[in-house]
Amino acid sequence: MKITVKLFAGFRENRFKVAERELADGCTIAGVLSDLGISEPELGVALINGRHVTLDQVLSDGETVSLFPKVGGG
Amino acid sequence: MNKIFRINMSDMTSKVESVPAEWAGLGGRGLTSTIVAAEVPPRCHPLGPNNKLVFAPGLLTGTPAAQSGRLSAGAKSPLTGTIKESNAGGTAAQQLARMGIKAIVIEGMPSEDKWYRLHVTLDGISIEPADELVGKQNFAVMDQLMDKFGPKIGILTIGVPGELRMCAANISVKDPDQKIRSHGRGGLGAVMGSKKIKCITIDDSGGGKVPIADPDKFRTAAKIFAKSLLDHPVSGEGLPTYGTNILINILNEAGGLPTKNFRYGQCEHHEKISGETMHETIVARGGKHKHGCHAGCIIQCSQVYVDEAGIYVTSGFEYETIWGLGANAMIENLDDIAKCDNIMDDIGIDSIEGAVLLATAMEAGVIPWGDGKECLRVLRDEIGKGTPLGRILGNGTASVGKAYGLVRVPVVKGQGIPAYDPRSVKGIGVTYATSTMGADHTAGYTIATNILKVGGYIDPLKKEGQVELSRNLQIATAAVDSTGMCVFIAFPALDIPESFTALIDLINAAYGLSLTADDVTELGKKILKIEHDFNKGAGFTNQDDRLPEFFTYEPIPPHNAVWDFTDEEIDEFWNF
Repeated sequence: MKITVKLFAGFRENRFKVAERELADGCTIAGVLSDLGISEPELGVALINGRHVTLDQVLSDGETVSLFPKVGGG
Repeated sequence: MNKIFRINMSDMTSKVESVPAEWAGLGGRGLTSTIVAAEVPPRCHPLGPNNKLVFAPGLLTGTPAAQSGRLSAGAKSPLTGTIKESNAGGTAAQQLARMGIKAIVIEGMPSEDKWYRLHVTLDGISIEPADELVGKQNFAVMDQLMDKFGPKIGILTIGVPGELRMCAANISVKDPDQKIRSHGRGGLGAVMGSKKIKCITIDDSGGGKVPIADPDKFRTAAKIFAKSLLDHPVSGEGLPTYGTNILINILNEAGGLPTKNFRYGQCEHHEKISGETMHETIVARGGKHKHGCHAGCIIQCSQVYVDEAGIYVTSGFEYETIWGLGANAMIENLDDIAKCDNIMDDIGIDSIEGAVLLATAMEAGVIPWGDGKECLRVLRDEIGKGTPLGRILGNGTASVGKAYGLVRVPVVKGQGIPAYDPRSVKGIGVTYATSTMGADHTAGYTIATNILKVGGYIDPLKKEGQVELSRNLQIATAAVDSTGMCVFIAFPALDIPESFTALIDLINAAYGLSLTADDVTELGKKILKIEHDFNKGAGFTNQDDRLPEFFTYEPIPPHNAVWDFTDEEIDEFWNF
């Protein structure tokens, strides 16, 4: 299936801002991280179509995943 | 810190008082709010003789503890009509603390139309004429004072909007680089202007070290505390790299980035104004992406933003300002936004209120949407000079809305709503509604838990748990605001247990106390209740703890969320 992956902050270094990835059916957020070489503790926030999800969230074809490392402001 | 300096501008007298026993354990917001509540009649006119302007360093200010250099300013706010505390970095807090000054209380107002400079030394405060500074904006005032007194002089100053008592006027504080930090929110610059005080100079000659009761215990706690700040990914890495503006892209992705005066939750040009773009721009141009607002800051969330030639444009370039101008007012050019930020520093208006009122002026058709150049002109030549239009705008978002007959006016208790949409980030909506300060994100920063997953996670789109989250954070923040600590210590404090314990140990070691976490919570509750009681005395009721009506019937895309709390659900906030 095709998933659009958007990366932010330090996750962009040596990777990309946005890319379409071909992933196996049933792939989870953890699977996306693994595909990108990002370790799970590095993840701050993952969103699918603007909603927060956890590592075990299963993706569906055509979804957009946004991944942020642990950052913040205020 | 064992002295209170009190100055009366009605009879031009200056006194040095000892600290009453009941105020000894207070600092920062806890002290300014306690003094305002005790001495200011809640129904007084904020710009009249019965209001008082109070400055207080925090309990830990002036000590070697990291992040402890914040100064609180308090008064009855002319913008909101509520009690107000606004804290800022800069050099003044640490100078006052090292001079043993626990608070400065400014009361009364002169009958003559003359302007004054207060000069603070170890011996007390003298009242000096300031005629040659009237009509000057902040950077010119600071240059003139540094020429006279040298670069180490501490300075608090107001620009022309403060002289003209505009409700968006702030109080500017000189920082370690001779630039400006601000007591931004609530129009405290207008209160200073009403008392005819153009500026305050602080000569800390003869000041010593802040006494510490148990130096060994203090050193140990300070190390643990500093380590926690550096270990936490937000305070140790995210903030120094990207500044607070990293939030543009997160709020945009989560659908909570108010855009075009709160019409939408996402902004098409978000990437142009994002923290990532700002970081790349600063690095490419040779600016500084990490920078502190006061000596002893190890988080370094500030930055120095420079132009293409590498020349200084602005510093302390915050997410809320960039959001307000970039997404909410639709200005796509980060350089224009930076210039607006610098002008707001110079003329001395709150850069959140300033940004929100500019978007409201766009809503009114006074400025074209996204026109950064016209915003620069309006700030400099209308608000900065006090033209009739400038006064309508400079009195804040609510003033603009009323003058132009607008309905979509994002304010609570008259104060402009900052950079997080309350419909799609519901916890922060509870904070806006219930804060004793009017719409204030820092009062109970639920974004940490709603969006950033710091201190756990509560779904921003659901109502469940939001009131409790906001209450707990508002209580904790009231206590932290009393220590002189930067609010960003909350990120490690929420996630790393030793961090919060070390903060309490620092207070105990400094004062020879044995406070527990429960005592700190009780302090926070007490401060909130003092402030709430003041507001009730000023005429506010639970019916004022509400968001503007349009949030209930205008769904915000992409989630099409509306503000759907009942009055009873919001009122549950004060049940503690």
